[in-house]
Amino acid sequence: MRVRHTKKEPFATGSIKVSSRRDVLCTGLAGSAFLAALAALPGLARAAVANDSTGRSPAFELAYRRLLGESDPLADEGIKLELPDIPENGNTVPFRIEVQSPMTPDNSIKTVHLLSTSNPQPMVATFHFTAQSGRAAVAGRMRLARSQDVVALAQRSDGKFLVAVRQVEVTIGGCGN
Amino acid sequence: MATTAKPRIKLPETAKTGEIVEIKALIQHVMETGNRRDPDGRSIPRSIIHTFQAKFEGETIFSADWGSGISANPYIAFYFKVPGPGSFEFVWLDDAGVTVTEKTPFAVS
Repeated sequence: MRVRHTKKEPFATGSIKVSSRRDVLCTGLAGSAFLAALAALPGLARAAVANDSTGRSPAFELAYRRLLGESDPLADEGIKLELPDIPENGNTVPFRIEVQSPMTPDNSIKTVHLLSTSNPQPMVATFHFTAQSGRAAVAGRMRLARSQDVVALAQRSDGKFLVAVRQVEVTIGGCGN
Repeated sequence: MATTAKPRIKLPETAKTGEIVEIKALIQHVMETGNRRDPDGRSIPRSIIHTFQAKFEGETIFSADWGSGISANPYIAFYFKVPGPGSFEFVWLDDAGVTVTEKTPFAVS
């Protein structure tokens, strides 16, 4: 019986050493183009569950409108929503919401709502602050089923709403939600 | 409640009257969303903690309504302006009707 030994081509590894910086750069670009194409795929899948071009589910639009009523929120009025750009796992995404506001009985933040624009259920949480809160800030961990916008909506004691929106890229979706 | 371990509360050991302190609370719970199915295709019913309350001397100082979008083993951090010495009570309520209560005294320097 003849055994064929495959020999490693000496220049197979050598070629990596001699490859110019330009070659490496080109492969890098091709690689990133491939990744971009992959990233576009979940976007297509997302279109199946969301009706509009923004990728926001009808359930989100409904919940958002129900909270706001007829009013329109003030954007970026001292409300900060912190989330990782690309969380490691959609099952536990740390969030932090802080609203710059006095917390006196006649001028304060009453509630903060946290909404997801394309989870199965849009209402993630509602936080109720009191005069004893000291600071209108809260942190926790949320689930994100897919890449989407996360919305924080704060209501002041005068009834006005403040809104903050953050886009989050999810690679491993939070299972079941 | 699908939890066995005691909840964990993190507070400063002591604070001055009027100081704003951060409170962190963690409890073990599956937070089953109700969106998943078992291997036989049957829907797994929702089982989450839907309400968290923090009280000081019996008065609610902060509360949260949670949905299925909150991660398993829910963690929460919030602030409190210390009015003086007293005791905290933290309450978690879940879909099965189980209530977990944790009491912590708080000293003021």
